[in-house]
Parts: sequence; structure tokens; C-alpha cells
Amino acid sequence: MTATSESLLVPFALRLGDDALILGQRLGEWCGHAPTIEVDLALTNLSLDLIGQATLFLDYAGKLEGKGRDADRLAFRRDAVDFTNCLLVEQPNGDFAQTIARQFLYSTWQQLYLNALADSADDTLAAAAVKCVKEVAYHARFAAEWVVRLGDGTEESHRRMSAGLDWMSRFVDELFEMEEADRALLAAGAGVDKAALRPAWDAEVARVLKEAMLEALPQRRTLTGGRLGRHTEHLGHILSEMQFLQRAYPDAVW
Amino acid sequence: MYTTELQSAPGQKAGIPASAPEDPVKLAAFEARVAADEFIEPKDWMPEAYRRTLVRQISQHAHSEIVGMLPEGNWITRAPTLRRKAVLLAKVQDEGGHGLYLYSAAETLGASREEMIDALHSGRAKYSTIFNYPTLNWADIGAIGWLVDGAAIMNQVALQRTSYGPYARAMVRICKEESFHQRQGYELMLAMCNGTAEQKRMAQDALNRWWWPSLMMFGPRDDNSPNSAQSIRWRIKRETNDQLRQRFVDVTVPQAEYLGLTVPDPALKWNEARGHYDIGEIDWEEFYAVVRGEGMTSLERMKARRDAWDEGAWVRDAAQAHAEKRQRRAAA
Amino acid sequence: MNDNSSSNDKTGADWPLWEVFVRSKGGLAHRHAGSVHAADARMAIEAARDTYTRRMEGVSLWVVPSAAITASDPGEAAALFEPAADKVYRHPTFYAIPDAVKHM
Repeated sequence: MTATSESLLVPFALRLGDDALILGQRLGEWCGHAPTIEVDLALTNLSLDLIGQATLFLDYAGKLEGKGRDADRLAFRRDAVDFTNCLLVEQPNGDFAQTIARQFLYSTWQQLYLNALADSADDTLAAAAVKCVKEVAYHARFAAEWVVRLGDGTEESHRRMSAGLDWMSRFVDELFEMEEADRALLAAGAGVDKAALRPAWDAEVARVLKEAMLEALPQRRTLTGGRLGRHTEHLGHILSEMQFLQRAYPDAVW
Repeated sequence: MYTTELQSAPGQKAGIPASAPEDPVKLAAFEARVAADEFIEPKDWMPEAYRRTLVRQISQHAHSEIVGMLPEGNWITRAPTLRRKAVLLAKVQDEGGHGLYLYSAAETLGASREEMIDALHSGRAKYSTIFNYPTLNWADIGAIGWLVDGAAIMNQVALQRTSYGPYARAMVRICKEESFHQRQGYELMLAMCNGTAEQKRMAQDALNRWWWPSLMMFGPRDDNSPNSAQSIRWRIKRETNDQLRQRFVDVTVPQAEYLGLTVPDPALKWNEARGHYDIGEIDWEEFYAVVRGEGMTSLERMKARRDAWDEGAWVRDAAQAHAEKRQRRAAA
Repeated sequence: MNDNSSSNDKTGADWPLWEVFVRSKGGLAHRHAGSVHAADARMAIEAARDTYTRRMEGVSLWVVPSAAITASDPGEAAALFEPAADKVYRHPTFYAIPDAVKHM
């Protein structure tokens, strides 16, 4: 990789890390409060996978950046405007159906994305993608199965699952947006053509929704901006909680 | 983590209500097997009182694990580093798993998990008093691992040889998994004590609040613990409350000294003649108040558990309905 | 173990019980590890994975509805198992072979 493309890699790795961190943080909110103990353990496992991925990608971003910032520094000392996660992952847990909707839409995308990233010219990213895609394949399967159970369960669960998907559907297009940096990195052979992932994603989502007896995702106006640091109101609250100790005691080593 | 026998508050005659008399021949054979350290398995004959005591003890233990997720879970979203967050998530998850193993063990005795959970939510079943204390600063997470898990290990190690096979096997798995819990807690305390003045203050504050409740975890004094003798004879308890408490104090005080923390007990003193530490009087009034559900966070803990269960009802119904639809379709 | 064959019509009821068997590594048999509650077999496998293989304890899982297991009756243990006790001729040590004879 040339020096130029390395500088392109920093925001790229940050996005991957931020997505994983914020979604992992959200899932951690469930711990101790899930519908059954088994589901509690399952959601915690997803969260642990994502916190591990966040550590991996943020550490790499920090290393490439070369300013001495490690994963913790990036996770706990940046403000919302510098976070580049997609809006989808910062959406509130809501009820279990809303959490599953978010997970299903995101993990289905993340699996395709990491599969493509495994061919990256950047060896570190490629290796990380190979490791993480195994975890994410399980997340996607787990979430899809729950979409089916809830969609084709009771009247109430069908209604809740539809509502959860309705809420989350506004943030889908953002997943496939190609920013300038994405195009530059793709040209250098290290990035992912996100737009090209769309047909496979659409097909998988349609397959699962059909099996779940659910309508296709509603056509709502697309909301976007997370990759550029323009977030929903939710992220500020996530960060104020997550970063509290590091902000209140900046000199402490934990 | 574990719970001690909590059924017997003073004035409340403990003991097992007499049911139909047991067959003396079977009872003698049972007692002999237990005395010979044999394992009792689910379908083996056992006295009704043994079965009931076990269901109560194992389910209390399970409830303690599940409710015990809450005080530590309170800090998951605020853990100060990614590593600490992952460790805490994994630990709280383990507690959920341990609750699950223990419910499974109790289910082999014919109690359904649903009945046991219902007993917890209706207030009929108890859980360890320790989880009714609040986690107020980050060092509490260290103190819980160090003190609460440390206290739990004292009892749980012995319970690996308990007479009821499924319980003993669950305890073997739990002890294996919990071996990291106490260490991560102490390591966290070390980081706090080696840190800034503010961190050290948090650590001392945490020890101040968790010390006495940890000692109470071992349950009433032996002279006030009427079920102990029978439970020890039945190998469902292997050592007395006071023996375990003493051992905990003896190993923990030097650990506190190493951290440079002060144990909040002015009467604490090494007794050369006994070869043990002497401690001050435990506030038993407080203990029984917490057993009655009057602890600082008792209502919050119960509400959180009930809410999780009630708000999960539609999820459980949906999955069950879906499974039945599938079966019907497969049959059609 | 519970009877989970009939559907529970109480709302919010817990799911049926499944027994979990884990193969710890290739070449070894599946061994009983514990149980989980799950609404269907797929969920039971996933719950077993999340509960009993968090520390790399397994490479393969079986789940069986607890209600599908029939256990021998401990009351019949004597009739079932003691008759094997005097069949010592099934064990190699029953046969005396001179030390001079090798490889047997």
C-alpha cells in the first residue's frame, strides 16, 4: 500500500470499528434483561463478538493514524461528530423485535461486506475480515431465524416485528452509500464496492421476510449522515454513558 | 456466586415441615449411601425432605446467579475500557449461564424452571442478600469479583462434592468457569489502588460498603442456623457458615493489606492463640432486613427481573406459536 | 424431567426443555452437558452453543427433547446390572496364560 492509500485506510477502519463498538454497546444494554436466560446469553455473545471487532479495527485505525491513539483512546475520547458509525447501529434497542430488526438488517449487510473485504489488498483488513465474518455469519443467521419466529409467530409478535423493521428501514440505504474515500480506496484495491452488495442483500432480506410472512421493507425517506459524523440524537446519549469514566477522570488508568 | 440457606430467620422455626413418614428401610439405605459419599441421582429414591431442601437450595442458588447479573450489569455500558467491558460482559454472562445450569439441576428434581422463577418473582423464594446492595462506583465491580466471588468460592468448591449428582456436576462446571471471576476483580482493585487518588478513594469506598455484606453472605451464625446439621449430614452443605466465614476473613485480610486498603472493622485483629482473625459483630438486624426484601435495591432488583420476564412473555409465546405452526405444517 | 409434549396454553410460558450433549473434540463421544429451554430444535442448538461451548468446550452438539429420553428405573438396577457381575469370563484377566507366551 502507498502512503496515500494508508491515509485512506484510517477512516475506513474507523467506520468498521465504530459500527461494531456502537452496536456492541447497544446489545450490552440487554444483559440481564432478555426474555429468557438463553436469549440473554445469546445477545451477550453477539455483544462480545462486536466489542472484540471494535478493538481490532480501532486499534488498526489508531496504528495507521500514527498519533499514538489506541482503540480505547478512539472509543472513549472522541465526540459524536468524530464517530463515523452508520445510523442504523445507534438506534435504540426498543423491544426485542426492534433489536432483532436492527441486527438482521445490519448483520446481513456486515456479512456481505466482510466477505468482500476478505479480498482486500490490505493484508491486515483482509485477515480481520476473515476472522470476523465467521462471527457475523452466526449473528446474521441468529437474527434471521428470530425474524421468522416473530414474523410468523403470534399476531402481536408479527405486529412488533413489522414495527421494528419499519423503524430501522430508514437507515438501510446508508449502508450502501459510496463516499469519496470509499471510491478512492476501492480504486486502490483495498476497499469494498458497497453498492455492488445491494442485490445480494435485497435478495436475502426478501427471502427471510417472505418466510416470516412479513411485508417487504417500507419505502421510507432515507436518512443518512452517520459516516460523516452527522448522527441521530441517540449517539450523544450512548457516548455520554459509555465515556463517562474516561471523561470524568481523564488522568486515570483503568 | 452462591446463596446460603435463607429460609430461617430468627423466630421463624426453620426445619422441614414433617410430611408423611418415610419408609425406614429406604431411609436407612439412603442415609448410608450418602454417608459413604455416594452420589444420589435424579431417579433414585430420596426422602421428600431431602428433595425439598435441595430444590430450595439449588433454586435459591440459581436465583442468586440471575439476580446477581444486575448489580454488575449496571456498569456494562459504563466500563472504562474495551477490555474491561468485554471482561465484565463475559463475567455477567457466566452468571446467567450458572443460573441456567443450576435451574437445570433443580429441574431434575421435578421442579420446573417456570415454577421456580414464579416463586422468585412472587417473593416466595429468596436469593443471596448481597445482590440487594447498589453498585455506586467502578471499583464496586472489582470489589464484587474480589469479595463476593471470593466468598462464593469458599462454599462452591465444597459443593462440588455435594451428594446430589446433578448439583455437584453443575458446581464443577461453575467452579471451573468462575476461577477467572475473583482474579479479574482483584486485578481491577489493584489497578484502582495503583491509580490516582480519586481511584484509590473509589476502591476504599467500595471495600467499606462491600465488606460486611460479604461476611453476611455466609449466612447466620452456626448457633442460629438450625438446618445446618441435617444439611451437612446429607452432604448438601459441607462446612458450617462460621467455618467458611472464618476462612474467608483469614485469606482476604492480607489481600486487602496488599492493596493498601483498610478493612472497615475496628475490632479486626489477628488472634495468635486461635491462629485466626477475630472480627467485630455482624449487624444481623441488617442481614434479616435484607433477607426480608428491605435492602437498598431490593425493589429495583425484583422489578428488573419481573419486567424482563413479563416483557419477554410475547417473545416466548411467539417462538412457541411458530414452532407449533411448523409442526402442523410438517404434519400436513 | 418435564413433560413437554403438550403445548402450554398459558401466556408467557417457558419453552420446553432439551438435553444437551457435547462432543469435546474429534474422536470422542458426545457427552451430556446439561439442558436448555428452547422453542424449537434450531434454537436449542444455538442456546446450547451459547451456554455450553463458550470456552471452546465443543466441536459438535446434539440436542434432544428431554421428554424423549427414557431412563432405566433405579428400582430395577439390581435386575438390570447385577447379573453382569459374575460373568467374569468376559474379561481378559479371567484367562491364565503363561508369562512365556508373548503378544497376547
